[in-house]
Amino acid sequence: MRNDPLIPKLAVVTDIRVDTPDVKTFRVVGLSGKKPFEHIPGQCAMLSVPGVGEALFSITSSPTEEAFVEFSIKKCGCVTNWLHDMEPGQEITIRGPYGNGFPVDTAFAGKDLLFIAGGIGLAPLHSVINYCRYYRSRYGKIDIVYGSRSMEDLVDYPEIENVWCKEDGINVHLTIDREQPEWSGHVGFVPNYVKELGFTTDKTVVMCGPPIMIKFTLAGLMELGFAREQVYTTMELKMKCALGKCGRCNIGNKYVCKDGPVFRFDQLDELPDEY
Amino acid sequence: MKKLALKELESLFAAIAAQQTLYLPQDDAAGQAQFAAWKEGAARSRRLNTARSAKDLFFPQVENLAGFKREGKSIEIFETREDVRPFTVFGVRACDARSFEILDKVFLKAPVDTFYASRREMGTVITLACTKPDETCFCRSFGIDPANPAGDVSCWMDEETLYWQANTAKGETLTSELPMLEDGGEEAVKAQQEKLHVILEKLPLAQLDLSKVGAGETEALFNRPEWKSLSESCLGCGTCTFVCPTCQCYDVQEFNTGKTVRRFRCWDSCMYSDFTKMSAGQPRPTQLERFRQRFMHKLVYFPDNNDGQFGCVGCGRCLQKCPIHMNIVKVIKTMGGGDDAK
Amino acid sequence: MQGVKEKALELLASGKAQRVLGWKTGEFFYDLTPGVFESAEEVEREFEYGVFAGANLSKYCIAESKKDGVTAVFLKPCDAYSFVQLLKEYKVKREKFYIVGVQCDGMCDMEKIRAAGISGATAVSEDGDTLKISTIYGEETMKKSDALLLKCKTCKSKKLVIFDELLGEQGEDCPESHRFDEVERLERLSPEERFSFWRGELSRCIRCNACRNVCPACTCETCVFDNHNLGTDNKAAASDFEENFFHIIRAFHVTSRCTDCGECSRVCPQHIPLHLLNRKFIKDTNELYGAYQAGADLESRPPLMDFRKDDCEPSVVYERGGAKG
Repeated sequence: MRNDPLIPKLAVVTDIRVDTPDVKTFRVVGLSGKKPFEHIPGQCAMLSVPGVGEALFSITSSPTEEAFVEFSIKKCGCVTNWLHDMEPGQEITIRGPYGNGFPVDTAFAGKDLLFIAGGIGLAPLHSVINYCRYYRSRYGKIDIVYGSRSMEDLVDYPEIENVWCKEDGINVHLTIDREQPEWSGHVGFVPNYVKELGFTTDKTVVMCGPPIMIKFTLAGLMELGFAREQVYTTMELKMKCALGKCGRCNIGNKYVCKDGPVFRFDQLDELPDEY
Repeated sequence: MKKLALKELESLFAAIAAQQTLYLPQDDAAGQAQFAAWKEGAARSRRLNTARSAKDLFFPQVENLAGFKREGKSIEIFETREDVRPFTVFGVRACDARSFEILDKVFLKAPVDTFYASRREMGTVITLACTKPDETCFCRSFGIDPANPAGDVSCWMDEETLYWQANTAKGETLTSELPMLEDGGEEAVKAQQEKLHVILEKLPLAQLDLSKVGAGETEALFNRPEWKSLSESCLGCGTCTFVCPTCQCYDVQEFNTGKTVRRFRCWDSCMYSDFTKMSAGQPRPTQLERFRQRFMHKLVYFPDNNDGQFGCVGCGRCLQKCPIHMNIVKVIKTMGGGDDAK
Repeated sequence: MQGVKEKALELLASGKAQRVLGWKTGEFFYDLTPGVFESAEEVEREFEYGVFAGANLSKYCIAESKKDGVTAVFLKPCDAYSFVQLLKEYKVKREKFYIVGVQCDGMCDMEKIRAAGISGATAVSEDGDTLKISTIYGEETMKKSDALLLKCKTCKSKKLVIFDELLGEQGEDCPESHRFDEVERLERLSPEERFSFWRGELSRCIRCNACRNVCPACTCETCVFDNHNLGTDNKAAASDFEENFFHIIRAFHVTSRCTDCGECSRVCPQHIPLHLLNRKFIKDTNELYGAYQAGADLESRPPLMDFRKDDCEPSVVYERGGAKG
């Protein structure tokens, strides 16, 4: 088999974890039993099941995981439906990693970090958060605001509750959209919660979630006095090659697959409003 | 420079075709010129240019990427790629020759597209200077000289003689294998070039003004209200993109036979609604956004990323082929270029 | 036809229409683009009508139907058939349009002029049946009949089947158009020869979808060939037979609704005679179910959307035998 960036490698799904009613996390290793590639937090990879299709997913696991990569995937289309129905031991194809990733070793170094996620938007942030936890001394205080429709929809809740919540210097602020009997935490939408929490503006913000959450949270952050240069997000557009060649994931002159998916809001401001 | 009497042209074609596949413009059943493999007795088309562009030979409409077989939980991946044999294409016009430079900037940029790269490596391009450009030609606007086309070999032709100039090592090698070529012809070519340059000045699109488009013009152009009227009658078909020598967007699709899966890539068009449609949303919901993307890409985004070079070569195919006669020239003029800007 | 632009101005000025659907002037004399005009200034500046106004405006009426107010539309005879068919299929609303029927003596095709070896054309004028074409290389002439669009050479009818107002003369059906001659020629071929003819023609298809997108009978919200959820979408020929199916299925789908407006062949960049597929179906429908012209009236039901006890049995197709079928 001759190499080409479009030709994937085989890999095997060794473990499937059910996170929420519509999110599962898939652990993937190469056929050799090793991690298929090294990556940077925020990067993505193309997964495919031949005969079903190929799609791009953000890598949920931290690069510091030595044995595997993981993907938290929400059921929402052809490929994801198939992935959700399969069993461990299934082979798939993988190619990547793609994209720029978050500037974890440059712009983020030494900063207090504020992560804001909604729903499946935690997936790409999960990788950054665990990377920062691993190299804890390189970063300042870490705040995590994470919201979902319901308690059941919080992705990776056990890790959040048992690990993240218990570490010094990490403040986790969870919220769900509507009251639930067994929930004693905050209830309300992420944008409002962020405003209520009222963070100091010296933090670097990393945000991912549904467009409506992004829009209102960003506005809230601006009200709090944050600058757009301080806020990072990660974009999702339709992609076929992930190599900057198939031509569809551009916003203006930038390709999300190659120049992104991570952008600062001041960078997005310079691009035409088409996303 | 070399030359050959036109009556010997058949022997030249035969000599090249003896070594490798030779493509040259020939009239198809509908009377349009298309690049087709030369066979003995095949007549070279007299049309100015081919209906489909020369990009097809390097970036075919459909191309297999890999094959897969799924059994139980395991997957087998197998090679479907055919070896690219050396080939030569004769009669490429200066506009199409320039299109390769543009395609190279996409496909040969890391990570290299090896499918395209192997065809570029194996292909020898023999260009042919124009003598009678059409009213739809505007290659001059992009600094292309149709009297002096690029390529591994450049050719000129008059009533009786073919003139031949090797430009690259590949072209030199080919030349050395063609003993029928004789030295000479510089004067005749120079005369022909001068004659063509006079004609070029008379072309209706000679004064096309590109100063309002180009790198850095996103802010000035993206929200212009004229996109609405320009795009309103667009049929959303892919004609302009498919006949365009520089359009290179592609889709990756699969063909499932039930036993095996063939993954292939095929041309795609930004004019199609599904081009950017995801389960999660559609960033270009109407034909206005799709239409705008196509022209912004060629006139602004590509120049932004490639030192100002436009993603258009002025071949005029979209001017001739659009079912509703909307095209890049009308866009450029509406956006403020040209002598009769509206 | 004179007076089209003047009529557009008049209709806007009188308030009979809030906008006009017509043709916009191009870069050259032949590249008119369908367009909507909302003001007299726009009409003055950009409206043009002439022998290169070949585009059928009826399909644009689907979008115009959704706008407030009345749109004045100029329909040539063949376009009017399409409009009536769209009315029958509830794709357009009659009250949204003021229809100006325009007498038509055939539209010209720049591709035909180019094919005749005329290049660098900059202007054209009509002198009786002769086109005088100025080019940057000198003056050329061509018989207008040789420059006609294929669909006009075999025009089925010059009758305007719907209008609020008529520009020029009402025309008649053209029984002598010989529009089925080419179909009959193909019918006379052996199945092998016919198969190879169509394989050859359809092999040129680049699947640009221009034929489908321009077709007034192709009005599905999502075409089966774009439907990813059904798994029937295909963007390119994954096997060399798929293109054939695209065109054949499309022809089947428009059978007895196709008015033979000829737009499919006009727009094909690869010059595939797609209208011949439609005409074959029209001819078959005429023979099997009685003469029928889609879009000719508002009342009749298309044969394939109608059931009558005396309809021919499906077996008739077999009975007719291979040589003819």
